[in-house]
This record gives sequence, structure tokens and C-alpha cells, in this order.
Amino acid sequence: MDLTESPAEASFRAEAREWLAQNVPQNPLPSGDTREGFEQHLQWERTLHAARWSVVSWPAAYGGRDASVWEWLAFEEEYYRAGAPQRVTQNGIFLLAPTLFAFGTPEQQDRLLPRMSAAQDLWCQGWSEPGAGSDLASLTSRAVRDEQAGGWRLSGQKTWTTRGAFCTHLFGLFRSDGESTRHHGLTYFLVPLNADGVTVRGFARLDGDEGFAEVWLDDVFVADDAVLGGVGEGWRVAMATTGSERGLTLRSPGRFTATVDRLVQLARERGADGSLRARIAQAWMDAEAYRLFTLQQVTATTNGRERQGESSLNKLFWSELDIRLHEVALDLLGPEAELDGPWSKGFLFSLSGPIYAGTNEVQRNIVGERLLGLPRAGRT
Amino acid sequence: MFFGLPTQASDLQAGVRDVLRAACTPAQVRAGWTERPVDLWRSLGELGLLGLLVSEPDGMGLDDVVAVAVLQEAGYAGVPGPLVETAYVAAPLLAAAGALPRGLLQGTALVAVQRHQVVPYAAHADLVLQISDGRAHLLEDWKPDPMATVDGSRAAGRVVGTGVLLDVAPEQVELASLRGALGSAAFLLGLARRMLDMTVQYVSGRQQFGVPVGTFQAVKHPLADALVGWEFAVPAVHRAAQSLVDRDPDAGLHVAMAKALASDAAWTIGRTTLQAHGAMGYTVEYDLHLFAKRAWAMAADWGTAAEHRDTVARTLLDEERTAR
Repeated sequence: MDLTESPAEASFRAEAREWLAQNVPQNPLPSGDTREGFEQHLQWERTLHAARWSVVSWPAAYGGRDASVWEWLAFEEEYYRAGAPQRVTQNGIFLLAPTLFAFGTPEQQDRLLPRMSAAQDLWCQGWSEPGAGSDLASLTSRAVRDEQAGGWRLSGQKTWTTRGAFCTHLFGLFRSDGESTRHHGLTYFLVPLNADGVTVRGFARLDGDEGFAEVWLDDVFVADDAVLGGVGEGWRVAMATTGSERGLTLRSPGRFTATVDRLVQLARERGADGSLRARIAQAWMDAEAYRLFTLQQVTATTNGRERQGESSLNKLFWSELDIRLHEVALDLLGPEAELDGPWSKGFLFSLSGPIYAGTNEVQRNIVGERLLGLPRAGRT
Repeated sequence: MFFGLPTQASDLQAGVRDVLRAACTPAQVRAGWTERPVDLWRSLGELGLLGLLVSEPDGMGLDDVVAVAVLQEAGYAGVPGPLVETAYVAAPLLAAAGALPRGLLQGTALVAVQRHQVVPYAAHADLVLQISDGRAHLLEDWKPDPMATVDGSRAAGRVVGTGVLLDVAPEQVELASLRGALGSAAFLLGLARRMLDMTVQYVSGRQQFGVPVGTFQAVKHPLADALVGWEFAVPAVHRAAQSLVDRDPDAGLHVAMAKALASDAAWTIGRTTLQAHGAMGYTVEYDLHLFAKRAWAMAADWGTAAEHRDTVARTLLDEERTAR
């Protein structure tokens, strides 16, 4: 076991820390899930990109620094420790980009990744539908082949699309084989939201911000180069990104260790006794355990010993940890907890954790079946 | 950066698992409730497991990271007797004091550790090491007053006696105490994993309503949650072991965290796996209770989860600390 950073890793961290100290906005930006706040966050994203901090783990050619996963973790820690703004580009850079790197053609990568890292193209995820939530494979949005025009015509409705009203592009799953059922016959498409036939309506989430959208597609034409990873391969391609969404890429430990440090600070300022002390200690241990688990996971992955279904462990753990640590903060704040502020906002957002990226009920099935080896229902 | 067991530790862990599968069957764990596990402990001695942290040539000269890997496997097998106390707490401390008793490394001298009036394993022990106020004594003139324990193999007793002060620095006594907590955490991980594995096997075979009960989410989901608790306790135990090797100033904090997480995980897993077995588990004829009762006892021994959380809270909230 060697928990010391190499000189290169340490200097990478130091450089990130110094740049963040000089550049993170003094006053927190308004929520990036509002129209006004989103614009201000885009400015921040462009500042990050100009200094090559927007996608540190990507190749330099696409705006990155070729950082190792250890360096990326260090950057994330420094980012959240510095109180830097939320990443409104996250669904592109953390969810779509890993899929593009794995399944995209060189042409797609060269065309899309630089614009993504520069926050010129802003991507949202089009998976859920009104009738397809946890049961994603029941989706009915369809893609019909248009041989003459050399492409596809997309129709259907997507919903609960995060920041869909502010984004420029959507990546989503469509049923390209009308005869198919379940996870067969699906194709992964990349769709510009300014195409003819697209209608987007934003709506407010639990926290009151316009962070959600419904997206209607009515005979929307996309060319063949909008297919990612092959016609009929959509399920396999999409599942390859769920690991990123549930696991460490979207929810690196730095986010939770920074929040828990702020919780400890709050408790020191306001004073805490009795059972609150124990809950603060537990929240700190849990955040720390998530960090250690991640280090163990990265070590195993870099040595080719990744476990199938492991990202579901991450997801169950961080989502419940996030709620618990905000609940402790609200109890510390007492009568002030109801006031609009970072802790109440954070609490409302934390409640989405066990729901998005596959509900925790689905994750428990995956953990039970793939990691423990319990029998699946209906397949005895 | 490299986080996890080095090859040496994981190899030894796998080897110990193979050996104990044959050398420490549930029948032997059960026998440990009524008698001293004489043969098993001789085997442990022959394997060198009692001298893991004693320097060569008497011992194996290994470190805390290897020790927790081995103790986890011993927990998986449910090894009866004071293994954490003898091999991990007493052996290195007594060796440092130049007072390693004859037979300890061979498995013929079992060591119980007294920190309170009631001493676990006292009725099966040959020696009692007393640890209090940063000092350690080896009791000379003592006799246990046996007390019935929920897990018969814990064979506790009330001990009164006088002892010889060991010639060791207070830091080494402190290290021995931390090892007691961390070794118990590692052993608990093994016990807990054994209960989970037994339960997965049981609910995969047990049929009700025409299907294996493990297909029901009401059974599956609590077991998944139990696994989550276990998975996140493992790296905490490994990190604490490395902190002891490094003499990290935060080692005490890391051990407290490891024991709190492992105790809670093992306690929850005991509850969950017992429930998943239905009435089958609520009997002493079935083996689950052998592991569950040990887990309940060890979850509380060497500091409960609540006590260790309190240690963490004091460090976070009352002490001057710089950022991590």
C-alpha cells in the first residue's frame, strides 16, 4: 500500500489549487439550474477551458491535460475544496464523453469532443420517458430509417431531462427496430436540439429550479453520423456509461469530503452535542470511507480487476451519505434550516440521489444479483 | 498511489483461507464452545500465524497490513480462542519487552487481555496480559472466576491478580491497544462475510411460494444493503493498518473509524442474515449463530461503535486540526 502522491501528482495538485484559489468566483454563482445562473456557469466553464482545467483527464488535442485518474481525483478534491461552481457541462463530459471515447468514430470524436470541452455544445441525457423510468428497456421513442435522405427520423418523448431547456444537444436511446422489444433493437443517437421537429419545455424540480425538461421529437431528421456505436447496439453502448454515472466519474469523493469538512466547520461554529456529535462523526467517516473505497477501486481498475456491478455499490453509498450529511446540517441549523441557502438547497438536491442514474431499488437488485449472486426473479 | 493489499498479503490471505477451510470447520468452531481448541491452535502455530508480527527468526517479521488480512480470514473461519489478543496484541508487545513466553508462538500458550474486570477467553487462557493507563503487566498469580457467555467460545472470566510490569514504552502499549481494536475489526469483517455467504447460499436454495426466497426484493435488498456496509468497511480497515505501519499521527483516528464501521457492519449483517434465514437461523443446531454471536461479542469488545465514533467526534470537533 502506498498512499503518497508522486512528485508529478503533488505538483499537479498544487498547480490546480493555486489556479482555483485565484480564479474561483468570490461569491457563489446563482444556481446553474436556472436560466440566469446557467449563463453565468457557462462563463465559468469557458474560463476553466481557457486554462485547460475543464477536462483534465482528456487528451491535450481535445482540450485536456492527459491527466491520470489519480491526478483527476486530486483535481476533483481541490475543485470542491475551493468551493468552485457546479459543473453544468457534467452530463456531456462525464456521461457522454466516456461513451464517445469508447464507441465513437474518430470523426465523431474530432468533431464533438473539442466543442464539448469548450462548453460550445451542451449535452443533456435523453433516456427516461414518461412510461420508461426504472424500466428503461420499455422505452418507445422510435427511429425510422430514411434511406433516401441517408439518415433516421426520430419521434417520441423524453422527460426528466436535466438542464434540457438550456442545452444544445441530446444523447438518447431510440427504438430503431420497430419489431424489437426490451433491450434489443435500440440505437444510441446524438441529436441537436435546434433541429426541426424538436420541442423543449423546461419544468421545475423539487428545489424549484427549472432543472428538468420534457423533450418532444416529431419526425426529427438526423444523418447517419448521429449514430453512436452502431445501429441496434444502443443498450450495450448506453450501459457502458452507467458505470460512469453511478460510480466515481460523476460523483468523485472530493465532493463529499469537501461537504463534510464544511459540516464539521458549521458544527465547530455553532456547537454540537449529544447525538449530533455522533452523527457528525458518522458522516465524516462515511465520506472518508467513500474516498478510501474509491482509491481501492481505482487501484483495482488500473490493474484490470474491475468487478461487474461495482458502481452500484458506489451509487447506493454516496446517495445515502449525501442525504445523511445534509440532514445533520439541517439539525445543526435548527429553526434556520428552512431558510433558502446552501444546506437546504443541498438537502433538496441530495434527495434526487437515490432516484437518478437508476433508482436505488434497481441498484439493490444489481448488487444482490451480480455481487452477492442472489437468484433473479422470474428466472429460477 | 496504490491502495489495497499488496500481493504478499493477499497471497497469504488466500493460503490461510484454504488451510482453515479444512483445519477450522464449523464442527471445530462448535467444539470451541466447550473445550480449548488445542489442535487448531497448534496448527496456527505451525503455520507461523501466531508470530506474524514477531521478528525473524522466531516469528515471520510481517506488518499490520498482512496481519489484518490474516485475521479477516481467521474471522471467516470463526477460529475459536483469543487469536487477536495472542497473535496481534500480546506477541509483538511481549517480544518488544523481551518477555515472549514459551509456547506462545507454538499455540500452546493462549493469551487473554484484561482491560476491564471481565476478561474474554480467560477460562481458556494460559496467560493474562493486563493493559491499563498506558502500562502493561503480565499477570503471575491469577485464577479465573469463569462466567457464562452468549458465545461459549468466548469463555470469559473475572480475573484478579498481580503482575510483572513489562519494560515497554507507553507508545508501544498504546499501539497494542490500537491493534486490539483493529484486529477485532478485521476479524469482524471475516465473520460478517461468512454470514453473508452462508445466507446467499441458503436463500438461493430455500423455496417458498414456489420460488427461491432470495428472488424476493424484501429479502434481496436488505442483503444488498448489508453488503454495502461491509464493502465500505474493508478499505477503512486496510488504511488503518497502513497507518499503524507508518506510525501515522492520525493512526488512532483511523483505527477508531475502522472499528466503528466494522462493528456496525457486522452487527447489521448478523441481524439481516438471521432474519433472512427465518426460523432456520433461530436455532443452535444451524451454524449461523456460531458466527453471529461471536460478531455481537466482538462488535462490543475493544470499544463499541459508539465509543469509537465518540473518539472521532472528539478529534473532529474538540481538537485543533489542520485540513486533511
